[in-house]
Amino acid sequence: MKPTRLPCLERAGLDGWMVRLFDSIEENNLLWLAALAEECEAAFGDTLVDLVPSYTTLLVVFDPLHISPCEARKQLLDILATLTPAEAGTSGKLHELPTWYDLQVGPDLQRVADMSDLSVEAVIEAHSARDYRVFALGFAPGFAFMGLLDQSLTCPRLDTPRQKVPAGSVAIAGQQTAAYPVVTPGGWNLIGRTPARLFDRNREGLSLLRVGDRVRFVPVNQDTFEAEGGETTLTNGGPAK
Amino acid sequence: MSESHLTGFRVSRAGPLALLQDAGRFGVRHLGVTQGGPADLHAWAWANRLAGNTWGTAVLEITFGGLELVAERDLTIALTGANLGVRHNQQAAPMWRTLAIRAGDRLAFGTPVNGLRAYLAVAGGFRGETVMGSAACVVREQLGGFDGQGTSLREGDTLTVNEADSIPADQIAPESEQRDYRQTTTLNLLPGAQIAAFTGRSLFDAFNSEWEVDQRADRMGVRLTGPRLQCTISSLVSEGISLGAVQVPPDGQPIALLNDRQTIGGYPRLGNLTPLAASLLAQCMPGQTVRLRAAGIDSALRQHRQFLHSLR
Repeated sequence: MKPTRLPCLERAGLDGWMVRLFDSIEENNLLWLAALAEECEAAFGDTLVDLVPSYTTLLVVFDPLHISPCEARKQLLDILATLTPAEAGTSGKLHELPTWYDLQVGPDLQRVADMSDLSVEAVIEAHSARDYRVFALGFAPGFAFMGLLDQSLTCPRLDTPRQKVPAGSVAIAGQQTAAYPVVTPGGWNLIGRTPARLFDRNREGLSLLRVGDRVRFVPVNQDTFEAEGGETTLTNGGPAK
Repeated sequence: MSESHLTGFRVSRAGPLALLQDAGRFGVRHLGVTQGGPADLHAWAWANRLAGNTWGTAVLEITFGGLELVAERDLTIALTGANLGVRHNQQAAPMWRTLAIRAGDRLAFGTPVNGLRAYLAVAGGFRGETVMGSAACVVREQLGGFDGQGTSLREGDTLTVNEADSIPADQIAPESEQRDYRQTTTLNLLPGAQIAAFTGRSLFDAFNSEWEVDQRADRMGVRLTGPRLQCTISSLVSEGISLGAVQVPPDGQPIALLNDRQTIGGYPRLGNLTPLAASLLAQCMPGQTVRLRAAGIDSALRQHRQFLHSLR
């Protein structure tokens, strides 16, 4: 396939356009995506149904009764023609997620250490040393895909996903990290657990984390974890085979 | 203060899956929350129309049958969508029309005769728990439905119904709208996304083969089996997925994504089924065969707007 000139628009049904801005994952993408989303909200007004940002794209969904794909396309091209990125300092709230890194709640911690040729302590240090960016939300409500991990921690997903990953589990896969908002099946490597409520239907804004936010995992001990409402007892089915 | 909502039905037998569905959950997909809503938008919209309700009123979506309800008071209802052999007391219940039932009457769903999902609307509308602006019941996300927790109906549940403003006039859906889902042979697909990255042979196969509807089909998506489609890209950086998107994982067998799909995904896609084609696919029995037709945007938009104009 010929390389595509970016940005470009791809049809996404009769009520959507995929705006493709980039072809690789970079932190700076988020500044452009934030600006584009904001412009879309202003320009489409009531005809806008949903905006789904992800690493390199923004899916724009509109009401096809009130705006045609052709009109929506023109609108988007106008926005793209004059788009400037959001200011680096202004976007992205910083969240500190207290995290209890322990084999009790992070059954893959030892295996990750073995694969990376690091001690468990060094894995914890590497994971908590840097701020991550939220590149996308998906998979489940409030599930934030964050990156990028220190190269030394890069490890594949499990061959067989667990049937039930406990809520709050902090996990890594590939060059990404995440925390599970609710109990779901999951194939990432579990290295710890946070007491933070990642998704709360009764909270304004619902999801703790948004695309573009920054996240820092702060190591805490079991006492702090439990004092902050963390659940230790949830079973995680033990280490992956 | 008068009660404006009362018990309408009692569940005397729970079938495999009966979910409350309004139009869906919108404006929260950027948080990873799926759309939900009726798998068959067409039948859902007609159920509300025939029950005298406005677009968006919550309706029961009954999959496969099995459900049995007892009316707790006199109600006006409408049944559309799949014929699941539903009986009103001792008789076959008429479908696609306004129907008055009395307190104590029994509605018993049997097994699929034609299609998979029936819609039961009641004048005034079922009263669900609104979560993030919608009562759409999504089991996987534990959102919406009567309890707000995304629970399928259970035996012993009582279903609350809003008081109707007035008794709706008797109506029958035009025969052309009363779908025979066994006749579904062609699904309109709007090309898009990564379609240019599929091999020529695969594009020919995609639009010139019979596709069998697989057993692996639910409200997230329906798998189609047939010739193996090959794409020059095997996976992408995850991106937003809209209703009806047809994705092709590395095994080459397409999956059409429906209302409860995950909000983002990373498999290459051929494009999107039109909303009405997605509705038809949601009614197809496993083993049924369909063809994909590359549709033009103008005619697809005209058809969809006509549908929205007449029912929304």
